[in-house]
Amino acid sequence: MDKTNFTNLFAAFDRDTSSRYGALRQSARERFAALPLPTTRGEDWRFTSIAPLLETPFDLPAAVSVPLPPAVGPRLVFVNGRYAKGLSSPMPNGVRAGSLADIDAIQILQIASETDSPFTALNSSFLSDGACIIVPDGVVVETPIEILFMSRPNGKPIVTHPRVLLVAGKNAQTTVIERYLGDGVYFTNAVTEIAVGEGAVVDHVKVQSESDTAYHIANTQIVMAAKANFTSHNLSLGGALVRNEVRVRFDGEHAEATVNGLYLAKGKQHVDNFTVIDHAKPNCASHEIYKGVLADRAHGVFNGKIFVRKDAQKTDAKQTNKVLLLSDDATINTKPQLEIFADDVKCTHGATIGQLDATQLFYLRSRGLPLEQARRLLTFAFANDIVNRVKIESIRAELEERIV
Amino acid sequence: MLTIHNLHAKVADKNILRGINLTVNAGEVHAIMGPNGSGKSTLAGVLTGRDAYSVTDGEVLFEGKNLLDMAPEERAGEGVFLAFQYPVEIPGVSNSYFLRASVNAVRKHRGEPELDAASFLKVVKQKMKVLHMPEDLLKRPVNEGFSGGEKKRNEIFQMAVLEPKLCILDETDSGLDIDAMKAVADGVNALRSKDRAMIVITHYQRLLDHIVPDFVHVLSQGRIVKTGGKGLALELEAHGYSGN
Repeated sequence: MDKTNFTNLFAAFDRDTSSRYGALRQSARERFAALPLPTTRGEDWRFTSIAPLLETPFDLPAAVSVPLPPAVGPRLVFVNGRYAKGLSSPMPNGVRAGSLADIDAIQILQIASETDSPFTALNSSFLSDGACIIVPDGVVVETPIEILFMSRPNGKPIVTHPRVLLVAGKNAQTTVIERYLGDGVYFTNAVTEIAVGEGAVVDHVKVQSESDTAYHIANTQIVMAAKANFTSHNLSLGGALVRNEVRVRFDGEHAEATVNGLYLAKGKQHVDNFTVIDHAKPNCASHEIYKGVLADRAHGVFNGKIFVRKDAQKTDAKQTNKVLLLSDDATINTKPQLEIFADDVKCTHGATIGQLDATQLFYLRSRGLPLEQARRLLTFAFANDIVNRVKIESIRAELEERIV
Repeated sequence: MLTIHNLHAKVADKNILRGINLTVNAGEVHAIMGPNGSGKSTLAGVLTGRDAYSVTDGEVLFEGKNLLDMAPEERAGEGVFLAFQYPVEIPGVSNSYFLRASVNAVRKHRGEPELDAASFLKVVKQKMKVLHMPEDLLKRPVNEGFSGGEKKRNEIFQMAVLEPKLCILDETDSGLDIDAMKAVADGVNALRSKDRAMIVITHYQRLLDHIVPDFVHVLSQGRIVKTGGKGLALELEAHGYSGN
C-alpha cells in the first residue's frame, strides 16, 4: 500500500494555492502520513478494497469552464475543485455563504478532523476551496441551497477533495442539496461537516450522480446540539467504487436525527454505505432506513453502527436496511452493529434481503404492463419508501424518472 | 371469441385440466362451477398466462389467435382480463399510477395514443361514479390495507377502466358479505354488453342470482361434465356436485 499516489501531488498543489489554510493542510498531511490506509483485513473496510485508488495515477485537475443551465435557486458550483463564481447564484438573505477560500472558517473546520480516517486527513491535506454555508441564529431559509461539485478530467484521471461546511446557528433552519457529477475517470474524496445548533433544523440531501467510471469516497459528519433536528437522505446513484460514510454525534439532549439512504447499483458498481450514530447524550432519537437496489453484478455493503454511551439513557434508536436484488449475480453484505452501554434505551435493528415478487409481477403483467416495465415499477415501489421521505419535490421527480 | 379445444394442463407433475372444450361468444356470460380442486382456478391461470401451469395438450384461440403463445401482457393487450381471486397488494405504488400505466400499456398494444394525466383522470372519475368507488381509492397504494370487499371492487374497477373483451372472474364472490357481493355484481352487470364476454368462476350459486349467466358448466376432475342454462346452478345448489 502506497500513499505516494497522493502525497506526490502536495508540492504542485501548494504552488498554485493560497496559504490561508496552509497550516491546517500541513497538520493534516502529518495525520495522513501517520494513519494506515484501510485494508479488507480490517472490520470497517472488510468488503471494500481501495486498490484501484492506489493503482490509478491521479493528477491534480486543470481549471476548465463548463456550460451549465441557469440556476433555479441559490447555488454554489465547484468545477474540478475550484469555486465557479460565474456558475453560482446569489445566496438567500441573511445567509453567509460562498467559497471557503473567501471566508475565514478555520475556527469551525474542526468537526471531521476528529475522525481517524486517512481519507478525511487526505481531504484536509488539499484544503483551500469548498462550500461554506453559515446560517446565523434564528435565520430561517426556505429555499433549498444547492452545492454542485463537477469533475471534468481532460484525458488523464484527476482527483478532487470537495469540502462542505454547513453551520446552522441556534434555532436556524435550512435545506441543503449536495450534488456530485462528472465525466470519465476521476476520484472524488469528499468531506462534509455539518454543525446543527441548538433547536436548529437542517435537512440535507446528497445526490451522488458521479460517472460510472468514477471513484467516490465521502465522509459526512454531523454534530448535533440540544433539541436539534437533522434529516439526511443519502442518494447514491453513480460511481464505479463508492463509499458513503455518515457519522452523526449527539452533543446535546433531546435532539433527533433521521439518517436515510437509497443506493442503486448495476453493472459492476460497488457501493459501500457506512454509518455511525453516536448517542453520546441522553434523550435523543435516531431513525435510520437504508434501501438498496442491486442489479447485474453490483455489490452493495451496508454497515450501520449505533453507539449508545453509558450516560445516554432514554435513547431511542431504530435502524433498518432493506435490499432488493434484481439478479442472481448481485451481492450484498449487510451488518448492523449496536454497542449499547446504557440500560434504559430502545434500540431496534433489522435487515432484509429480497427479490421481486413473482405474484406482483404477474399481477402487473396481467394488466398489460410489459415485463421490463413491471420490474421497474416494482423496483420503484421498493424505493418509494425512501423517495417519499425526501421533502424536495424536484428530487423526488428525478428519482422516479431514474427508476421508472 | 374464445375457443378452448381439448385443453390439458398440469401444475408441477399433477394433471389438473384433462381435456376442456368450451366456446364463448361475444355477449355471453358463462358460469363455471365445480368443487374445490376441480380445476377452476387453473383454467383461469392458464387462460391468462400464469407460469405456474404448463399446458400439455390442446389449444386456445382468442379471436382466431393462439392465446397460449402470448405473454400475459399481450393477452391483456388483446383484451383478456382476469379479476383475481386474491388481488395482489403492491405497497409503494398508488392505484392511479398503476391504472394509468396499465391503461396506457394496453392502449399502446392496440396502437392507440397514450392518455395524458388529465384525460386519464376524466375517464377514471366517470367509471368510479358508475361503480360507487370512494374518491380516495386512487391515491391509496394498490390493494394495500384494502378490505376483502374493497379489493374485489378494485378488480372490477380496473376491469371497467381497461374495457376488456373477455372478462374472467375467479371466485370474485369468495369472502364477500352479501352487500359487498351485490356491489361487485352491480359493477359487473354494468359492464355486460353485446361485444363483451364473461366467464364467471364460482363455487357457490349465490353470485349467479346477481350475475345471471347464459350458460352454466360443471367442472369436475379437469373436465366439463355438464352444461346447461341458469337453472343448472339452482339444481346444483339443491343437490350438490356429487349429484352428477
